[in-house]
Amino acid sequence: MSSPQHHAEPHGAHGDDHVPHGSLSGYVTGFLLSVVLTAIPFWLVMNDVLGNATLTAIVIMAFAAVQIVVHMVYFLHMNGRSEGGWNMMGLIFTIVIVVIVLSGSLWVMYHLNSNMMPDMHRM
Amino acid sequence: MTSYPDWWKLIFGRFTLEAIPYHEPILIGTFAAVALGGLALVALVTRYKLWGYLWHEWFTSVDHKKIGIMYMILGVIMLLRGFADALMMRGQQAIAFAGNEGYLPPHHYDQIFTAHGVIMIFFVAMPFVTGLMNYVVPLQIGARDVAFPFLNNFSFWMTVSGAVLVMMSLFIGEFAKVGWLAYPPLSGAAYSPGVGMDYYLWALQIAGVGTTLSGVNLIATIVKMRAPGMDMMRMPVFTWTALCTNVLIVATFPILAATLALLTLDRYVGTNFFTNDLGGNPMMYVNLIWIWGHPEVYILILPIFGVYSEVASTFCGKRLFGYASMVYATVVITILSYLVWLHHFFTMGSGASVNSFFGITTMIISIPTGAKIFNWLFTMYRGRIRFELPMMWLVAFMLTFVIGGMTGVMLAVPPADFVLHNSLFLIAHFHNVIIGGVVFGVFAGIAYWFPKAFGFKLDRFWGLLSFWFWVIGFYVAFMPLYVLGLMGVTRRLSRFEDPSLQIWFVVAALGAALIALGILCFIIQIGVSIIRREQLRDTTGDPWDGRTLEWSTSSPPPAYNFAFTPIVHDLDAWADMKKRGYRRPLGGFKPIHMPRNTGAGVIIAGLATVGGFALIWYIWWLAALSFVAVIATVIIHSFNYDRDFHIPAEAVLREEDSRSQLLGRA
Repeated sequence: MSSPQHHAEPHGAHGDDHVPHGSLSGYVTGFLLSVVLTAIPFWLVMNDVLGNATLTAIVIMAFAAVQIVVHMVYFLHMNGRSEGGWNMMGLIFTIVIVVIVLSGSLWVMYHLNSNMMPDMHRM
Repeated sequence: MTSYPDWWKLIFGRFTLEAIPYHEPILIGTFAAVALGGLALVALVTRYKLWGYLWHEWFTSVDHKKIGIMYMILGVIMLLRGFADALMMRGQQAIAFAGNEGYLPPHHYDQIFTAHGVIMIFFVAMPFVTGLMNYVVPLQIGARDVAFPFLNNFSFWMTVSGAVLVMMSLFIGEFAKVGWLAYPPLSGAAYSPGVGMDYYLWALQIAGVGTTLSGVNLIATIVKMRAPGMDMMRMPVFTWTALCTNVLIVATFPILAATLALLTLDRYVGTNFFTNDLGGNPMMYVNLIWIWGHPEVYILILPIFGVYSEVASTFCGKRLFGYASMVYATVVITILSYLVWLHHFFTMGSGASVNSFFGITTMIISIPTGAKIFNWLFTMYRGRIRFELPMMWLVAFMLTFVIGGMTGVMLAVPPADFVLHNSLFLIAHFHNVIIGGVVFGVFAGIAYWFPKAFGFKLDRFWGLLSFWFWVIGFYVAFMPLYVLGLMGVTRRLSRFEDPSLQIWFVVAALGAALIALGILCFIIQIGVSIIRREQLRDTTGDPWDGRTLEWSTSSPPPAYNFAFTPIVHDLDAWADMKKRGYRRPLGGFKPIHMPRNTGAGVIIAGLATVGGFALIWYIWWLAALSFVAVIATVIIHSFNYDRDFHIPAEAVLREEDSRSQLLGRA
């Protein structure tokens, strides 16, 4: 129990929360991975390596997704154990809700627009 | 407007003396009553020198119990306002037939139905539910307060701030005339240029801050502060439902905030998110507001399901039937509540495939809900049922809610919905589940936990009167609306042509009058109980032979709740402790570390009210000033290191000794 009132002394308690604060090697690994994952998309765009704008966009999105995971693991210390698994649970729930909200809205609005606002396509 | 000089606009924005509705006799009468009542209250508080007591013991309190009680008081006050709106609507609809215009002009009637919906959801149901969770959850999990006590106080006052803005709109300007969810383009700047919509937006934004923070607070409390031994599957069901509700709050209220912010931008700076032209799309608003709006109804009902579960197991004297299935049903409802929002706008035209998907998900959600009903029934089966007031409410709820659930499944069928959409059938349905579910449950919760909070039970006679007036009144008021809805009468109409419909509206108005008697009896019940408190006194702390940890404390509990953190070995921890012959510790107390009261929450929320008022009336200098003042107060508060204190061991000993004496007498 890490809440203040379970401790006898006031406000000295924050240091002994069982939250991993990461190590130097962890941060360096995360930093290097982030640099690499940023440099490659930059290179793809600047040198037009793939020769296809759509393909390039998709590849960049994929790199961005990997980069998000790197940030979460190395900088936000996301793993299955922190806070007794609650962090991972919260993350999964958040992803589920965001996916439902975004994909659901796209699906619903696509149908609404095509059924109810035919003029928009002519514009 | 043109006669006002520039300096006036600079100082008062668009506020003019015409904004005071002195030409409306109803509002002047209301204002006179409110002003007289308010003055009388202020005079009484001053006469008995209670300002210091109220400020130090209540307004600035960070004690979750006192904040919970204040939430409940806010809910009761706003219930009176919201119900007055309901009576006015019922009265208008009962007489406005065949050329009779009724007594409410349309612009006033439209404000009333908007205010009724907004107040009942945001400022009655939400404070009631939050108040119950605030009071009960820390006690049920064996904690001494919530995780962030100051934040709790701040959340409460932000909710009050929103309520104050809504109430101000009665006498300064007007309220929105757009229905409780304020669909654009009607709610946009082009069709609602007045201040009413802006009252709506800022009141909900400010209150929403409070609601969201209170959600964060209670999640942290439940996850981090449970007594040792209370793993997730030993948590009381009310705490489980509170956890799921607060997860819903934290996940959905940001969507409401963002949607309202976009509408605010449309209205204030001329963006076109939800307008008809320039690429705007009002249907997107409807989509977004219901992604918040559907989980919102589960935010209201889930903790109330928890109340019913506690009531069922306590008053049947046995463990809740199917605890695990109750937990899983709650979690499933939490997730499924995100998958049904489109059923609120089947008729907007998303087509067969989309409508079928959301129709089916909606029907699926009735399965876990039905499972809960069976769990309560099987808890009653072969239980030793005591028909105390909370149990009466539970039975009335089960009968009423099942009807509401079935009409809900009817509405979930898209082809049927094309007939029933926006009809009085829909109105009858959601009042059926909100009154029959949430309101009955709130009264069950109040009757159940009142002795815990105040140390004496509620008077049974007046409680029964209130119960019967409410239950019968509900059926008389809303069954006619089902009939009218099936006959095709739509909602929000202020006058009618067909005189054959009138009788149904007259019956509904009589039902509303019965409910008014129910509310009156509830208030009399509180008064009578206070007068008869010595006869109704609970000295044991456990008047109902309860099963969860809150009943192990004295009534009312000491400020620190538990002298020693209890250790949990089983579900229904207190019933288990009683069975094993638990003895209270009588000595060896240690000083208890507690958070200190602070006025920062009241001050920041007060400044937010001023800022909201300034933004509504375009008084830009005042808005900027109050914004800066809010930031400054937050900074100053963050340098206040005098946040906590210790209750000395001797004080704990005195408190526990006085309890021992009470228990000896009992």
